[in-house]
Amino acid sequence: MTGTPPEPDPTVWSTTETSEGAQELSTRGGTGQVELGRELGAVLRLAEGAVVDPDDIDIERRDDDTMIINMGPQHPSTHGVLRLMLELDGEVVLRTKPVIGYLHTGMEKTGEELTYVQGATNVTRMDYLSPLHNELVFSLATEALLGVELPARAVWIRMLMVELNRISSHLMWMATNGMDLGSTSMMIYGFREREMVLSFFEKTTGLRMNHNYIRPGGVAADLPDGWEDDVQVICDTVFERTFEYDELLTGQPIFRERTEAVGGITAEEALALSATGPILRSTGVPWDLRRTMPYLAYDKVEFDVIVGTYGDNFDRYSVRLNEIRESIRIVRQILDLMPAGDYRVQDRKVTPPPRARIDESMEALIHHFKTFTEGFRVPEGEVYVAVESPRGELGCYLVSDGTSKPYRLHIRGPSFVNLQSLPVLLRGGLLADAVAVISSVDPVMGEVDR
Amino acid sequence: MTSGEVEAAVVPARGAPSPGTAGAEASPTSRPPVPVMPDVPRAAGSTLDQVAFPPRERYHDMVAAFRDAGFELCADLCAVDYLTHPGRRLPEGVRPERFEVVVNLLSLSLHQRVRVRVQVPEDDPQVHTLFDLYPGVDAMEREAFDMVGIRFAGHPDLTRILMPEDWEGHPLRKDYGVGRVPVQFKAAPGPR
Amino acid sequence: MGLEDLQHNFLTGRLEDLVKWARRNSVWPATFGLACCAIEMMSVGAADYDISRMGMEVFRASPRQADLMIVAGRVSQKMAPVLRQVYDQMMEPKWVISMGVCASTGGMFNNYAIVQGVDQIVPVDVYAPGCPPSPETLLHAILTLHEKIRTGHIARRPEGAAVGGDRPPAGWVPQAPDAVRVATPR
Repeated sequence: MTGTPPEPDPTVWSTTETSEGAQELSTRGGTGQVELGRELGAVLRLAEGAVVDPDDIDIERRDDDTMIINMGPQHPSTHGVLRLMLELDGEVVLRTKPVIGYLHTGMEKTGEELTYVQGATNVTRMDYLSPLHNELVFSLATEALLGVELPARAVWIRMLMVELNRISSHLMWMATNGMDLGSTSMMIYGFREREMVLSFFEKTTGLRMNHNYIRPGGVAADLPDGWEDDVQVICDTVFERTFEYDELLTGQPIFRERTEAVGGITAEEALALSATGPILRSTGVPWDLRRTMPYLAYDKVEFDVIVGTYGDNFDRYSVRLNEIRESIRIVRQILDLMPAGDYRVQDRKVTPPPRARIDESMEALIHHFKTFTEGFRVPEGEVYVAVESPRGELGCYLVSDGTSKPYRLHIRGPSFVNLQSLPVLLRGGLLADAVAVISSVDPVMGEVDR
Repeated sequence: MTSGEVEAAVVPARGAPSPGTAGAEASPTSRPPVPVMPDVPRAAGSTLDQVAFPPRERYHDMVAAFRDAGFELCADLCAVDYLTHPGRRLPEGVRPERFEVVVNLLSLSLHQRVRVRVQVPEDDPQVHTLFDLYPGVDAMEREAFDMVGIRFAGHPDLTRILMPEDWEGHPLRKDYGVGRVPVQFKAAPGPR
Repeated sequence: MGLEDLQHNFLTGRLEDLVKWARRNSVWPATFGLACCAIEMMSVGAADYDISRMGMEVFRASPRQADLMIVAGRVSQKMAPVLRQVYDQMMEPKWVISMGVCASTGGMFNNYAIVQGVDQIVPVDVYAPGCPPSPETLLHAILTLHEKIRTGHIARRPEGAAVGGDRPPAGWVPQAPDAVRVATPR
């Protein structure tokens, strides 16, 4: 593509500049009309009355009127290694181009080398703020191809863990969003609450993060004794504290000024850009996969789908804050409705036998050996399964060729797609609002770059 | 949308609860699949999907027809390299090629998903872009180009998105190695 | 770098102790959180595993004002030059903690996309294992670094270390993995 760079002298290790070439934003003089039209939303499918006249696009601004600055990838407010190239006219943002790939880990390629039992360890590190959702979608896709039916307790344990994960992810978002807007105490409060959820996760799954707990066939281990008390304490404490956050943030005039009417997006633009999750719900579209295309046992619990009105930062904040409350409501119902039974399917071709049985039965030993070395075989086929992660629609497209490793594992990361709405959200706003808007999109670079 | 005049009045609390699923109408999942271009070969997918296999020339028109039939959102677009699995199951009338572009569409009004799989030959790996129908596929098509090497004709900015600009090769192709570094005492070439 | 030019003798010993005490009790980290380990690093900065008791809660965004770079997370091929540039911009004395297995050795991602250990790019002082390391592990790594600062000699540099931070010693060649970008026939 581009010319080969000159051979570096190995005794001199220094870098003068880092450049991503064609991936960056070029000056106005060097950009085509279609690209410039994106500045005014010309390519988005707008209603008939709102169509942009190509002559309206301001080509009078010359290269030296505007300034292209670079933000990131090392920057305290880019929520990970996101690099933004911004074109500014004074303080007003005109065009934005996110440059990603700074955390690309080749997880989809690695997923083709790991068995289905090991696959959860790989996908769980994509969206590292809600790892149980990644494991869940991978396990659901595998089970759809396997055609196994899970016992009820496994389904409800999964739902409990996934909702607690949603609470911890949204608390983390509240903490970092508060920090980005200047409220350091929100950061401390958010992490304090999150520690309670993480210590419950450590008790149940063994790890605070990246748990590898939800596996094809069920979950890795049953809930520990006394889990009801722990979860009850979490629910009560976090619910009380959401009202403290209301006092700290929602009622505060500076917070309101900084978030209302900032970073707005309409429902048509959000749908055109394939944005899902709180971004879509903040525009007023009541689309939540837990309600509209239920999976696990979400059709058996009561909860509300929170929608906003204006699609601005404040709406996304209130959507996420109220989703914490709705998740607590779901967890309380799970506490009452949790069935007894197996925590994983008993099919020995899929789930390994309990460790104690290995000493007694030759068959159990062979199954254990086969499951952990070769892995279980999944019938040939392809499937797309989606769940509602805290960031939007998290999908898994899995192609199996009949062996014990996936042929193609593709994870549809919601943040990857939601980042495309960033140029629309930042358009016409101030640079100081850019930080708040990036934070309200809630990107997690692990699932953006995979 | 711009941060011009911010209203000084207190905005009422958001958070309107949405009605539950117990409505008077029939369950959305019991509706039949949308009949779009019925002459294109189809397969029954798992999890309520219908999967369509249009030929490359009709791919863009089929997706446009789906969009007009109510599929407002393009959930996912990815590419698959079938180099080492040429014998996959396909419906009659569909000739297998090395690459496939898989598009998952979602209808919010009908609560349905549909999948479109188009075969892309190895010697001419390009298809028409869907950017004019769904602007949200911009980044997804760039990723398919970067990882598998499919060119999308008509895409406004087809550059690499995940790998560095000067990278050679397309990592998710089956003839591109994983790039394992040999690790001491691990002679067996296992998964890692 | 004024103290490094001094002759090391019993007169400067006391001064060295004072300087080392000051240096280790206010090590300011640079924000270099990349992936999951960054979340645990933020937990260390938060209330439960407070690093403010070691004087470290000020994460400096500008590398010019930072002493410590905690490489928290996996370093991809695209990020490697940026990492080196940030390290070069830090002022002496500076230290690097490689947090997590991905930063130490490449971790579970032994593939084309991840640099197999950040010590291929920058000299590392302390390695903290874990995936992710729990905040207690990171605290232990920080205390190990404090020990290293306390017992290290200022006026005499250990041999083989990068002098001046910008240039490796003569003859040192960066170790690039052999198997990158190779088409492996199946």
